[in-house]
Amino acid sequence: MSLDLDALSIRSAHGGALFSPLSLQVPAGHVVTVMGPSGVGKSTLLDAIGGHLAHGFHLTGTVRLNGCDVTGLPAEARRIGLMFQDALLFPHLSIGDNLAFGLPPSLRGRAHRRAAVEAALSQGGLAGLYERDPATLSGGQRARAALMRTLLAEPAALLLDEPFSKLDAGLRGEMRRFTFDHVKSRAVPTLMVTHDPDDAAAAGGPVIALKGLISP
Amino acid sequence: MKLSLALVLSLLAPPALADWQQTLDAARGQTVYWNAWGGDARTNAFIAWVGEQTETHYGVSVVQVKLSDTAEAVTRVISEKAAGQDAGGSVDLIWINGPNFLAMKQQGLLHRPFVADLPNARYLNLGPTSPASVDFTVPVDGMESPWRLARFVFTYDSARASEPPRTMAGFVDWAAANPGRVTHPDPSNFMGATFLKQALIELTPDTTALQQPVTDAAFDAATAPLWAWYDALRPNLWRGGETYPANESVLQQLLNDGEVDIAMSFDPASTAAAIADGLLPDTTRVFVPVGGSIGNISFVSIPYNAANVEGAEVVANFLLDPATQAHMQNIEVLGAFSVLDPARLDEAASNAFAALPTAPALPTLADLGPTLLEPHASWMTRLTEEWARRYTK
Amino acid sequence: MSHEGRLLRAGVLAVVGLGLITPIAIGLWQTGRAALGILPALGRNVASLDSWHELVALPGFATSLRLTLVTGLGSTLLSVLLATGFCAAVHARMTSASGARMLTPFLAIPHAAMAVGLAFVMAPSGWIARMMAPVAGWDRPPDFATVNDGWGLALTFGLMVKEVPFLLLVILSALSQIPVARQMAAGRALGYGRGIVWIKIIMPQVWPLIRLPVWVVLAYALSVVDMAIILGPSNPPTLAVAVTRWFTDADPTMILPASAGAILQAMIVGLAVALLLIAEKVGKRLGRWWIRRGGRGLSAEPGLWAASAVVMAMMAVGLLAMLSLVVWSLAWRWSFPQVLPESWSLKPWTNAQGGWMRALSTTLLLAGATAGLSLALAIAWLEGEDRARRSRAPWAEALIYLPLLIPQIGFLYGLNVGFLQIGLSGGITAVIWAQVLFVFPYVMIALSDPWRALDPRMIHAAAALGSGRGRRLWAVKLPVLIRPILTATAIGVAVSVAQYLPTLFMGAGRVATLTTEAVTLSSGSDRRVTGVYATLQAGLPFAAYLAALLIPAILHRNRRALSGASAT
Repeated sequence: MSLDLDALSIRSAHGGALFSPLSLQVPAGHVVTVMGPSGVGKSTLLDAIGGHLAHGFHLTGTVRLNGCDVTGLPAEARRIGLMFQDALLFPHLSIGDNLAFGLPPSLRGRAHRRAAVEAALSQGGLAGLYERDPATLSGGQRARAALMRTLLAEPAALLLDEPFSKLDAGLRGEMRRFTFDHVKSRAVPTLMVTHDPDDAAAAGGPVIALKGLISP
Repeated sequence: MKLSLALVLSLLAPPALADWQQTLDAARGQTVYWNAWGGDARTNAFIAWVGEQTETHYGVSVVQVKLSDTAEAVTRVISEKAAGQDAGGSVDLIWINGPNFLAMKQQGLLHRPFVADLPNARYLNLGPTSPASVDFTVPVDGMESPWRLARFVFTYDSARASEPPRTMAGFVDWAAANPGRVTHPDPSNFMGATFLKQALIELTPDTTALQQPVTDAAFDAATAPLWAWYDALRPNLWRGGETYPANESVLQQLLNDGEVDIAMSFDPASTAAAIADGLLPDTTRVFVPVGGSIGNISFVSIPYNAANVEGAEVVANFLLDPATQAHMQNIEVLGAFSVLDPARLDEAASNAFAALPTAPALPTLADLGPTLLEPHASWMTRLTEEWARRYTK
Repeated sequence: MSHEGRLLRAGVLAVVGLGLITPIAIGLWQTGRAALGILPALGRNVASLDSWHELVALPGFATSLRLTLVTGLGSTLLSVLLATGFCAAVHARMTSASGARMLTPFLAIPHAAMAVGLAFVMAPSGWIARMMAPVAGWDRPPDFATVNDGWGLALTFGLMVKEVPFLLLVILSALSQIPVARQMAAGRALGYGRGIVWIKIIMPQVWPLIRLPVWVVLAYALSVVDMAIILGPSNPPTLAVAVTRWFTDADPTMILPASAGAILQAMIVGLAVALLLIAEKVGKRLGRWWIRRGGRGLSAEPGLWAASAVVMAMMAVGLLAMLSLVVWSLAWRWSFPQVLPESWSLKPWTNAQGGWMRALSTTLLLAGATAGLSLALAIAWLEGEDRARRSRAPWAEALIYLPLLIPQIGFLYGLNVGFLQIGLSGGITAVIWAQVLFVFPYVMIALSDPWRALDPRMIHAAAALGSGRGRRLWAVKLPVLIRPILTATAIGVAVSVAQYLPTLFMGAGRVATLTTEAVTLSSGSDRRVTGVYATLQAGLPFAAYLAALLIPAILHRNRRALSGASAT
């Protein structure tokens, strides 16, 4: 498994390209970090890869997953997982149902699905919290639940958008380890954008600096 | 000009009764709330004109409370009675006749008899069987004062429908030949009920029964031919007889839109007036079934708890003034036929009527044929109830 | 909780309780008595169920009931679906503020005026038919039941043309409280299609925020009178129209079954709301089961685009209806199949003195008084909550919505009797009072969210600078909130202008407004005069909305944070 970007470039509706064309390769189980000042378009880059580009942006270049061009596919068909700085658990669903939401439909049967969710909950250190309201969880618990939800969907690649920036300093190191261990053990190619050098160091992979072409 | 001169002259004449002067004195400064159906712009304008005149000459101003149905005013008086408001009520004068009058009279919701006190009542034929003395066969007993004459007429667009039906029975064949091109207002409305009554008078075996209060046996016998006729007519009515225009104004609009070819009215002059107003094509004409048509008189009455009784009486009297009546009958003003007895008018007044302008769509009294008497008011109620029972599913 | 705060709160509650809730209770009580056969004016003093037997035996009763249910439930359900679908399709491209601007004409125009316009546009002799006539070869209008049809489809459509924009606005403002774009991305990254994310993730969060407005729409649609008179079937009409007719029947004893019908009308609304609550409970369970299965589903995209297309088509017809009112008011002769008038005239407009001027000034007076009173009451209420440092209890919220959920016909007759007993009927005061019942809730609803969204730190900063409660209200809160306050006032004006039954019943017909005149005239023969009244009726609220948009922009032209597209 690998995620490849080939001469990827994004133009906004009114202006020119956000950054110079970007090419990179993320092998399975590795984390590539993209760094750059805020406003340079790091999040927009992830949106483009994941298929979430907002109305008014225009994309050139290609995104390949395991050699297949996914640039033209809608987000839901790309199998590219996405993690935000805040966990973005769905507030109307319990923690367990949030995870169940990620579980692929191919796993059938109520008992089987429940067991899979419970297993993921214990893996994330959330055992016994199936019925809990996401709003009552701590920041670290929420972040772990969000990661488990994303991983349950069996993504072919993972995008992390400043995933640790909102956590307490003490929690950050723990959450980095937790996240990168899971990425490695599942051999998912992962692309992370951040402005925190510590994130890059913890990820251990190559670091690419994104240079802006237009002022924010 | 001649008219307003006549008006001034009549105003200068000394009041016939001393009591009347007291009424005039009491009325000065009053505002009369005249509850009147407000669906006709020309009538509304005429009522506004009446208000200007009474304001100028008697210091009585008139506010028209525009009703979409006269029954609204009846309900209002009932609500007031329910609340124990037996004086200072909100309704001073009602344009009324037929079942609404009967209802108010029976419920004791009307002011004491006042018509005989009006000086201008001398121009009326108030004989016991005259149209001004009975309203739908119910004795008026001086509790309502006439103001305009109504005759049931049909209106058709001569450019689209060259040969309208000559009789009510003829409507069945005509509608079969022109399906969807004719309808009548909903019978819950006065005009829709009149259409049925017109047919009933023509089709019923014995018209004298209609002048008596209705009984079950009489009703069944009298209306059997009517329902047979209506069952044959209904499938070819506009929209298959599934829905009906709310009143004659909506029907007139349908005629103007070309959705139907025949409309109806209780005012023979309304067609000419509507043409002048741009509300009907120039080719619209009036016709009446060969045996004549139903006629009645529009009255005004005063509720028992009216706040401005004297003002209301002054307005009722002003409406009966020959100059007012001639002004009203002028096609350029309202075109409603006068209720005064021509035999009781002096020469100047008669000349004023004779000098009124005419129009192609305005029928003469001769064109209208004989006037058929309204059935007893109880017939109308039974008729509309039975119609609803049969055709409202 | 300070003493002063407690006093203000108690005062406001007393005004709302005595001024708004008690009249409704009295109205229901009086109507309820008549429904049980007690009507002393007619000498009926013994309670019985005869009124109900009479009601059920009235011709067409069952059909009226069916019509009410089909048009009321149908139009609400379809409106919610279409508005949701439209929002799902265009949300990414439309903000709540730009949506509000686009929807303003539809929100401003009263139901009656829209109905008058739609009746002309959709009639077999109407504008659309005239445009088609040359192609279809019609030399006279076809005999189709495109309005006043027996199934109430035209009425359903008319209600939807009014309700969909209202729901769009409500949904858009609810969506502004939810991070839709990011939740959409999260959902799609987990493999769900856009439509499915909308159904499984976004709507369950939107629903609690729009639940009450949907109830209001439902209650309105089930009991509407003016629009049902103009667009609905007549033989028989919907229950609300039938009840209004019976109340004004020549036979005064009809008040008894009419009152029973009015109570039934209230019960129908109650049952419909209960039905919606049950559906919500069931939907929640089914939804959870569905979500747990994890099905990514087929893309619901085509459905969303179809909904958007239908909404756009409806809006086009609505705009055509509004335009037709203006054109008619300027026409002299305009007969079938002419697409434009054959001759033009300003006569209906120039006849201002004897005509629309009086109705316009009465309408302005009523709108100013009711919107002003309602605004003062709403500000007092909200300030009371602030001073007491309390959020609103659910029962207080229910109190505000109560007048909007109980059908007007259910208590207006009884309220009129009540007003008569204290000698208040038939005057402008009674009408103002009755209108405030319906204007206040809307003003309150419009103002509550922006008021609460006000950054409390700003108030704390002002307090720290030594300004007292009064000064904080006058010098900080009100100026900063000028935009939502003006918007709430404009909504109040629009609601006041649109009131038909309260004005008719409480004014004893003497208080003639643009709306009562427009409805009366719509049963007349002169579409040109109706056009004038309906144009004014739609223009007045529109002008109020425009003012609400422009005044803050001018006042705050040098304050970007206040003048721009800040949330309303």
